[in-house]
Amino acid sequence: MSSRIERTASISRAPVSQRGHVVPVSADPEAIGGTVSVTIDGIEAKVPLGTTILDAARALGLKIPTLCHHPDLEVAGVCRICVVEVEGQRTLQAACAFPITSPIRVQTHTRKVRQARRRILDLMLSKHVGECYTCFRNLNCELQTLAKEYGVDFFRFGHEAARRHQVDDSSYSVRRDMDKCILCRRCVRTCIDLQEVGVLEAVGRSDGTRIATFLDKPLNDVVCINCGQCINRCPTAALGAMDPTDDVWIDINDPKKHVVIQTAPAPRAAIGECFGLPPGTPLTFEMNTAMKTIGFDRVFDTNFTADLTIIEEGTELLLRLHEALVQKKDVALPQFTSCSPGWVKYLEHFYPEMIPNLSTAKSPQQMFGALIKTFYAQKAGIDPASIVACALMPCSAKKYECNRPEMCDSGHKDVDYGLVTRELGQMFHEAGIDLPKMPKGSFDDPFGTATGSGVIFGATGGVMEAAIRTVVELVTGLKIEDVFAHADVLPVRGFDGVRYVELPIPAIGEVPDLLKMNKGLPFSDWKWLEGAVLKVAVCHGTANAKRVVEDIKAGGTFSKCHFIEFMACPGGCLGGGGMPIPTSPEIRAARAKAIYAEDASYEIRKAHENPAVIRLYQEFLTDGPCGEKSHHLLHTHYTPRGKYIA
Amino acid sequence: MLVTERLRLHDDIGAWVAKHGATRAALIPVLQEIQRSYNEISEYAMQEVADRLDIHPVEVYSVVSFYSFLEAKARGRFVIRLCRTVSCDMTGKDRVARQLENDLGIRFGETTRDGNFSLEWANCLGMCDQGPALLINDQVFTSVTPETVHDLIQACRKSFGPLAVQGQKGRTH
Repeated sequence: MSSRIERTASISRAPVSQRGHVVPVSADPEAIGGTVSVTIDGIEAKVPLGTTILDAARALGLKIPTLCHHPDLEVAGVCRICVVEVEGQRTLQAACAFPITSPIRVQTHTRKVRQARRRILDLMLSKHVGECYTCFRNLNCELQTLAKEYGVDFFRFGHEAARRHQVDDSSYSVRRDMDKCILCRRCVRTCIDLQEVGVLEAVGRSDGTRIATFLDKPLNDVVCINCGQCINRCPTAALGAMDPTDDVWIDINDPKKHVVIQTAPAPRAAIGECFGLPPGTPLTFEMNTAMKTIGFDRVFDTNFTADLTIIEEGTELLLRLHEALVQKKDVALPQFTSCSPGWVKYLEHFYPEMIPNLSTAKSPQQMFGALIKTFYAQKAGIDPASIVACALMPCSAKKYECNRPEMCDSGHKDVDYGLVTRELGQMFHEAGIDLPKMPKGSFDDPFGTATGSGVIFGATGGVMEAAIRTVVELVTGLKIEDVFAHADVLPVRGFDGVRYVELPIPAIGEVPDLLKMNKGLPFSDWKWLEGAVLKVAVCHGTANAKRVVEDIKAGGTFSKCHFIEFMACPGGCLGGGGMPIPTSPEIRAARAKAIYAEDASYEIRKAHENPAVIRLYQEFLTDGPCGEKSHHLLHTHYTPRGKYIA
Repeated sequence: MLVTERLRLHDDIGAWVAKHGATRAALIPVLQEIQRSYNEISEYAMQEVADRLDIHPVEVYSVVSFYSFLEAKARGRFVIRLCRTVSCDMTGKDRVARQLENDLGIRFGETTRDGNFSLEWANCLGMCDQGPALLINDQVFTSVTPETVHDLIQACRKSFGPLAVQGQKGRTH
């Protein structure tokens, strides 16, 4: 039923001759020569051939400090903080970049090693401007932690007091403060290798080296997609998100303003990390109470518009399929999801010719904004001008999205502020709230409580799973539980970069009443879908997206697809640029587990069964999915931007 | 940039990429060709090269900013690079430097207002036994004295414009 396409190409941008010395780790440790013995600090062990000293030490429970090393990124070996003494080697070796290929003896904390690490820290601190207590990474900074661990008690090489760089706050999402930069190049490897966007690179030479954009242009003038992956991987505060919390507090304290907040699914599984809890601790309902406590007037669940997105995007897909299969029109297929604003901007920059493939449905955040200032304002009898719509998101690109000029279909700015998980955690701290101890509270009407199909939007494959649950039920009339056990569409789950699934339509049923509300529907039965095979794909991370789009352009497997889910961030929203720092594959997997557990705990797990959504169509969007009113409020258009920078 | 200039650059880069291959490894040879013919690697040229070699413009910018002999913005018609390392220093590079600054009316790192001369420091030209040494574009001059500096600059001035010696082409490179 499903086949998986593994990501085969190496993610390194450097030619083979210039890559770090990496020995492929032996897959079978039982094979002759599969392991090698190593002695680290007197502890003897056998490790698979090619394991780095760092990995071997960690496996033995020994700690070697790292800065430029990151589990998501290629080995760089530039910061040298992980140096160790290897017997027989003249100089200290970087543990992160030293594959063990012969039996060696390693010392990780001799006097020479400790002194070298201390000097490296002293040098980094000499050009690191600023005081820790005015820094948003205070107590969550890898440089600060190391300075404490290595007992830095004075600035041996001085400490820069005056700023040398201007803070780049030109972008709506990402803020760059190069005075805090220690040149570890994690952001460079994130932007070029992991995301393949290519905004940041080391520029200049020697002590003039700096991390810069193309021709040192401000971030909003280059092809940055605002995914914020660099923020999550920066060890210091050189990269951060643009923080609107001061403005939000002012509006909260203004009695004339009605401040509402919508909360996306992914932050719930991660906000606990801001309070010292392990990743993947769901705090959905505690968060609701806490947000009311700090002064938000209403707390809504973005899952509501996630479900609405499924109905709108699903209907759009059926309309496109009808045009292609029956009316034989030249229609842009496969249809691409448009929930991820980072992905949308990526496409606008790098593949503007593919914009017709993008679903015109807005993202759940923007749909909600438009509905809050129309439907909700009308229902609650509040002047939309006095409503402040905030959005709690896992995503730094959402800050950009709510500021797109076309996003004011309600007659006002649809969403006023995009808050990210870290910032809400900060607001809770400021208000003295211990989140895990809060009593549980529910979401406010008229948008009702959560559904499982909305929750899984937070993980890669979630949009597709929710869409499959709905489309299969709407078309076949069967229950999804009869097609997939427990309604878990397992083939689209997981963390493979690209996943491709073929889904035969087992039967056809009646066109449901929900769709019939749209009088302009060109079909009245599903006969034209009889025996069809729905081909869908899921991909996350723009590097994978690039591969899929290139494949479509070349007429490969993915060009035969009907619907493809794209997420800009690795792991989907749960790996978003607004999530608590740090991030790693393990942390993202733990968050995904929490999200799928929450989905399983809900009674309603299908978008079209969400009673609040059905009520919305009955009371407000009376011309049905993809009808005229929904086109006005819930759909948008895109801007071909291109990648050339004038 | 004029459309015609842009088209010429576009065609030239196309030809050089065809010559050196459309791979990452062709980056520096292609940039050198652009530098030789256009005296600078403009914003447009960097993006065009990046597009042809399937890399990011910021990576091209990174390479251009790393090498002293690749320039993002055109310097003078004659770039004079004086060696400032130990042996040239000991044979009197300071006096040569002062003479250059006085004759041209600019400091090191600057370009004359007519766009004809730029002064730069260089780190070792490999002529340590014949110092002080300097480089004018790609030509080395050794055992330079303040007196010969004057002659060198005059020779440069005479090689183009209304003073050009008959039979010599305008551009020296």
